[in-house]
Amino acid sequence: MQLIIGWILRGGVAVSMAIVVIGGIFFIYRHGHSVTDFRTFKGTPDFISSPEKVFESALQLKGQAIIQLGIALLIATPVLRVVFAAIGFILEKDYLYTLISIIVLLIIIISMVTGHIG
Amino acid sequence: MSVILFTIIIVIGAYFAGLLGSLTGLGGGFIIIPLLTLFLHVDIHYAIGASLVSVIATSSGAAAAYVKEGITNIRIGMFLEIATTAGAFTGAILAIYVPTAFIAVLFGLILIFSAIMSLRQKAEHVIREQSAIVKKLKLGGTYPVDGELVEYGVSNVSGGFFMMLFAGLISGLLGIGSGALKVLAMDSIMRLPFKVSTTTSNFMIGVTAAASAVVYFQRGYIHPAIAMPVVIGVLLGAVSGSKILVQATSSTWLRWTFAIIVTFVAIQMIYNGITGKI
Repeated sequence: MQLIIGWILRGGVAVSMAIVVIGGIFFIYRHGHSVTDFRTFKGTPDFISSPEKVFESALQLKGQAIIQLGIALLIATPVLRVVFAAIGFILEKDYLYTLISIIVLLIIIISMVTGHIG
Repeated sequence: MSVILFTIIIVIGAYFAGLLGSLTGLGGGFIIIPLLTLFLHVDIHYAIGASLVSVIATSSGAAAAYVKEGITNIRIGMFLEIATTAGAFTGAILAIYVPTAFIAVLFGLILIFSAIMSLRQKAEHVIREQSAIVKKLKLGGTYPVDGELVEYGVSNVSGGFFMMLFAGLISGLLGIGSGALKVLAMDSIMRLPFKVSTTTSNFMIGVTAAASAVVYFQRGYIHPAIAMPVVIGVLLGAVSGSKILVQATSSTWLRWTFAIIVTFVAIQMIYNGITGKI
C-alpha cells in the first residue's frame, strides 16, 4: 500500500505540474504584456468560472483554463491518495480504517458540494 | 505591472519561500502570503488560494518520499485527518465572513508561533505504554532508528484530535499547511517520536489543504495567473531545499536567521492588519 500511495502522490504532482507549466506558457505568450491588478477580489474570469467552462476553454487552448485544469488535478491528488488508502484497508480486511478513510472522503465531498453556497 | 514581470517576481519569491520552507520544515505558505499581500498588493483571498495550492504540491511531493521510507504512520494520519479536514472545511467557510484585517493579524500570530517552534530543540522521545483506545485504533507503530525498528506508543489521543481540529481550522482560514500546529499536536500532546510527527504531519497537510482548496476553487479564490507562478516557484524551491538538507549539518544559524525574518514579517502583517491596509 505504501508503494502505491507514494506512486500516486509523486505521479499526481508531476502530471499536474506539467499541465500548469504548459498552460503558463500559453498564458504568458498571449497575455505577457497585459497589465495585472489583483488589489481587489473579483473572482476568476468568466471563461473558467465553472468546471464545464474550464474544460471547454482548455480544449480551446486558453492558457488560464489549462492552468486551472492542472490545479484541479493537483487538488485531486491527495484525495485520490485517500481513495487508494481506503481500498488498501479493504484488502487488508481492516474495516475500522476503511470506515475512517470513507469518513475523511465524505468530509471532502461535503465541502466540495457545499463549497459554493453560504 | 505587466503579466511577465508579475510572474517572474512571484516565481523568484516563491522559489525562496519553497527553499526556506523545506529547510525549516514549515512549508512555504507563510512566506508566500506576505510576499503577495505586502509587496505585490494582491488581495489576501487570492493569496490564500494560491498558497493552499502550493502547500498541496510540496507536501505531496515530500510525503511520497517519506512514505516509502516507512517513517510515516499512515493510520495515525488517516485517523487525525478526520479532524483536520473537518476543521479545514469550517475554516474555508469562515474565511468568507471573517474580515481581512482579522485574518492578517491571526496570520501574524501564527507566524510568530511557527518561528518559535522552528527554534525548539528536537528531543527524540519514545513512549511505550498504549491505552485501550490506542490499541483499538492500532495507532502505535514502529519506525527505523539506525537500521533497527523501534516500537512506540501514543498518549492523549483525544487531546491530539482536538488540536488537529484547530490546526485544520487555521489551515482553511489562512491557506497554510499549519505544519507547526500539527507537529505540536503529535509531538507534544500525543508524545510521538519527532521523526514520526514531522513526516506524518507532512502526509496529512495535502489532504487537509485539499478539503479547503475545493471550497476556494469554487469560489474563484484560486486565480490561475497567481497560482501558476506560486506553485511552480515553491515546488522548485522545495526540491532544491530537499537536496541541500542532505548536506547541511549545522542548521542552527539558518534557523535563527529564519526566525528573525519571520518575526519581522509577522509584525508587518499584524501592523497592516490593525491599520486596515490589508
